[in-house]
Amino acid sequence: MRLNVDSLSVIYPAADGRPPVAALSQINLTIEDDEFVVALGASGCGKSTLLNLIAGFLSPTSGSLKLDDKLVSGPGADRAVVFQKHALLPWLNVLDNVAFGLQIQGVGKNARHETADKFIGLLGLNGFQQSPVYKLSGGMQQRVGIARALTCDPKILLMDEPLGALDALTREKAQELILNIWNDTHKSVFFITHSVEEALFMGTKLIVMSPRPGRIMHTFDLPFSREFLNGTPARQVKASREFICLREDVLKIIFADEEQAA
Amino acid sequence: MTDKISSPPRDAAGLIARLSRARPTRPGEIYGVPGQGNTLWLSACSIALFFFVWWLVTAMGWVKPLFVPSPMEIVAKFISIWNNGFIGTSFLDHLTISTVRVFGAFLLACVIGLPLGLAMGMSPVMRGIFDPPIEFYRPIPPLAYLPLMIIWFGIGETSKVLLIFLSVFAPVVLGARSGVKSAAIEQIHAAYSFGATRWQVMRYVIMPSAMPEILTAMRIGIGFGWTTLVAAEMVAATKGLGYMVLSASQFLQTPIVIMGIFVIAIIAFAFDLLMRFVERRLVPWKGRM
Ligand SMILES: Nc1ncnc2c1ncn2[C@@H]1O[C@H](COP(=O)(O)OP(=O)(O)OP(=O)(O)O)[C@@H](O)[C@H]1O
Ligand SMILES: [Mg+2]
Repeated sequence: MRLNVDSLSVIYPAADGRPPVAALSQINLTIEDDEFVVALGASGCGKSTLLNLIAGFLSPTSGSLKLDDKLVSGPGADRAVVFQKHALLPWLNVLDNVAFGLQIQGVGKNARHETADKFIGLLGLNGFQQSPVYKLSGGMQQRVGIARALTCDPKILLMDEPLGALDALTREKAQELILNIWNDTHKSVFFITHSVEEALFMGTKLIVMSPRPGRIMHTFDLPFSREFLNGTPARQVKASREFICLREDVLKIIFADEEQAA
Repeated sequence: MTDKISSPPRDAAGLIARLSRARPTRPGEIYGVPGQGNTLWLSACSIALFFFVWWLVTAMGWVKPLFVPSPMEIVAKFISIWNNGFIGTSFLDHLTISTVRVFGAFLLACVIGLPLGLAMGMSPVMRGIFDPPIEFYRPIPPLAYLPLMIIWFGIGETSKVLLIFLSVFAPVVLGARSGVKSAAIEQIHAAYSFGATRWQVMRYVIMPSAMPEILTAMRIGIGFGWTTLVAAEMVAATKGLGYMVLSASQFLQTPIVIMGIFVIAIIAFAFDLLMRFVERRLVPWKGRM
């Protein structure tokens, strides 16, 4: 799997008296097999726009977007999206929510429930198959969303602030869970977050974006998720010297960008 | 809640203070939900008070029985009509024919109106075509176009059912149409990202999420149906609850008028209770995500 973003620009046209917005300008990015790319940046720098492009909900103003050398021309099951919230279907129970993608693809009831069951187990939701989703906690709902995204065996997972609505403790657990699943399933991931710590901990590659026009300012390669997966406890990784130094560096860059823009 | 009634505030200042701010809730309730609280007891009291005042007014002879007959007289009238019929037709026949008219029109309105409303919500073409006629006739009182119905469709069942149909149709269409907007964009995007077709998105996301609004629209619609019943039965009817009320009023048979009103109200209310029950069973998730 190889996702190729080539000098991509998006301009939202002027509307209601607002001037046109250059949401993204000349973005170059490749996401390789097994890579965990995290996007970080001030609000409005075009992170969601980039994700929507990769998902196929939006077409670029110029530039190209290729998945395995095929031009992306719309949403498709090879790219699964995990949303921040509101994306589950409250009239279905957990099992049917997780099986929803397979249902769309016409997989029979027994087969899709079997697959869904597997991912429900993987996400630690066993025993909740029949629960209505609106009765689950926010963290569990998010895990249902991730399980649903995984069932169709996508090449890449796209996550737009998937943990943004969770409390700090649940969030740290969810980070570890996602890393473990990533390690088990070998999916590529494109992950948006506002938390510098989360970005550093989870990614193998970090892109720092800056607004007006939205562009990629810096790219970092990150070792920390591998350290965690090799057995170092998460808190220990996050408290290590290298981690803290890089965290401060990245924060400085973002604040400097902010001031420049202001 | 019961103790809200049994433990009234000590003084007027306390009452005002209580009304002007929300109190902490008990476990299991949610703080600050507008209108939260059980109304069963208050409703029962309000009904009991109504009948008591009614009985008092008539028993004391403050108004003539011609204007307000006593509750017992209404019950007596009901029993006598139940046993002997009204103008040659049994009470059950009156009841049945009216119910069939209203529910027939209601079903027809749902069968045509719900798909049309959904289509109008989904497609600008459909909306463009059907919005003007519906918005045009919707605010017109049914009595105003009743003569046209008679001229066009005669004095048979057609014009009666059609009149009721029209009054149910508009709210049902509008409810279904705005129900289309209930699905969150994330839900729709999720479906598309699994490769769903437009039709699948409609079938698996938009229609289920429109259910709460559709059920509400149906409740409102049938309410309009009952309000139009009497107007519909003004047209050369010889049977029906509306007809019964109308002809009784011509002979100043006030007890029958009031009895008919109660019967209509009770059926309509019973059906509304049924719809609320269906709502709780069908869309328990309403407003929860
Ligand atoms: N549909 C739209 N029409 C016009 N402008 C838009 C639209 N969507 C986004 N924008 C603008 O494009 C820019 C980038 O938006 P985007 O949502 O991608 O930012 P973001 O980085 O995801 O922000 P956040 O961190 O707040 O989610 C913003 O300036 C926004 O105002
Ligand atoms: Mg965003």
